[in-house]
Amino acid sequence: MKYSGFKVLWEGLKGNTGWKPLWRNPDPKKNYEIIIVGGGGHGLATAYYLAEKFKITNIAVVEKGWLGSGNIGRNTTIIRSNYLLPQNQPFYEFSLKLWENLEQELNYNSMVSQRGVLNIFHSDSQRDAFVRRGNAMLMSGADASLLGVDALKKLVPFLDFQNSRFPIKGGLWQPRGGTVRHDAVAWGYAKEADSRGVDIIENCEVTNFLIKNGRCYGVETTKGVIKSKKVGVCVAGSSSQVMGKIGINLPVESHVLQAFVSEGLKPVIPGVITFGAGHFYVSQSNKGGLVFGGDIDGYNSYAQRGNLPVIEDVCEGGVALMPMIGRARLLRTWGGIMDMSMDGSPIIDRTKIRNLYFNGGWCYGGFKATPASGFCYAHLLATDKPHNDAKDFLFNRFERGGLIDEKGQGNQPNLH
Amino acid sequence: MLIDHPLLGLRDSSEFIYRGDAKLLYRPNWKSKNSKTKFIDYGYLRKNPAGVHKELWYHEQGDRSWLVVTRNTVTHEILKVELARDTKGKLK
Repeated sequence: MKYSGFKVLWEGLKGNTGWKPLWRNPDPKKNYEIIIVGGGGHGLATAYYLAEKFKITNIAVVEKGWLGSGNIGRNTTIIRSNYLLPQNQPFYEFSLKLWENLEQELNYNSMVSQRGVLNIFHSDSQRDAFVRRGNAMLMSGADASLLGVDALKKLVPFLDFQNSRFPIKGGLWQPRGGTVRHDAVAWGYAKEADSRGVDIIENCEVTNFLIKNGRCYGVETTKGVIKSKKVGVCVAGSSSQVMGKIGINLPVESHVLQAFVSEGLKPVIPGVITFGAGHFYVSQSNKGGLVFGGDIDGYNSYAQRGNLPVIEDVCEGGVALMPMIGRARLLRTWGGIMDMSMDGSPIIDRTKIRNLYFNGGWCYGGFKATPASGFCYAHLLATDKPHNDAKDFLFNRFERGGLIDEKGQGNQPNLH
Repeated sequence: MLIDHPLLGLRDSSEFIYRGDAKLLYRPNWKSKNSKTKFIDYGYLRKNPAGVHKELWYHEQGDRSWLVVTRNTVTHEILKVELARDTKGKLK
């Protein structure tokens, strides 16, 4: 189905009777070239780029629940490329460039809104660190500028500049960062992958892998056996569960991250703002709700719900940064399961089983990576070689000592 | 979550620091065979079950004892709490 302004007008006149489902609901075939396990953002993006860029269309995307029921529909919708390390930053900038053209490419309105991402700093040493980060961003071709207090007072006058414990000294500003309507990303990729012949099979859980002589040749599912030349796993918080079926232990712990939405308010927050002295980040949705989040709960969990101490901590951070939200009421909170890796960076790699590939360990930064993760995973699946911007996201970095530890926390997943 | 500390009774989990998989109690011997592989395993591979998990919690804002907590990661139900020193050699 093709969307256009004309189509919207035409359907308006016809009482909106001509809209069709965005993707088919096929039964699985017996054989595919590639099976992708996991119909979230990354899996659907992978299928789309395999079909679009690598011309492989005989693909099945197998999803346990309904499409987009995991983290693609649970995150706080922020896109940015403000990383420091040379293994990470070019990848996230590649992702941001794909975001910028996403709606045109998919012919689908995913509300890519580049209203800017602002990281506040509160001390001289923090400013120095952000100057360094800004320079790393510029060197990768991204945009960054350092704003002083005067510029911030024009941009975000409601912050607590004179906070006696954490006075605001300025901010690192990335104008091209912003937010995206997260569900529409999944739907857009699904629509375009489907129209190129990809079978999206929902409510179909992978129960085991078919392996013979160290090679994977398909999967067993609740809808029967499906064979394929290659299998790509892409299941975020369930990574350890899925790979554990064949005894592969991952450098990953699953943790719960909560997100929050307030009642709808008038437009007040431009773009995304992050607090530099605690963990709190906020943006405002198009419906007016403040969308915010903070730290993970900090203990292994598969519950998709969190506990109260983190809610308290996040709200304290928010009120310390912008006291005006103190009287806003919290409307909803929810949780998603993060595959927290040992160094805080992802893995896009082959496994020790031939023709079985793995994409995961995204911690709580997977949403912004969706297009590039899909693209690089498609590159790996199609060519058997890592994409140049993801060439360091390999399993062997842990044994080589080549960790990509953006925060410098070491092998403690709940601190990344 | 409330953790039933063996010495102090029920304590709020926010008084604790979470350290993860209790296998970290068993540091490999650097002189042993394959010690390199064992240390990679010790440092980077943890159990990550959806279900019952034995894990280390450190009572930092309390008596600073290390606990081994047996907890269900799907329901957050705590099944057993022991002092780490009392589990010595029993978890392997």
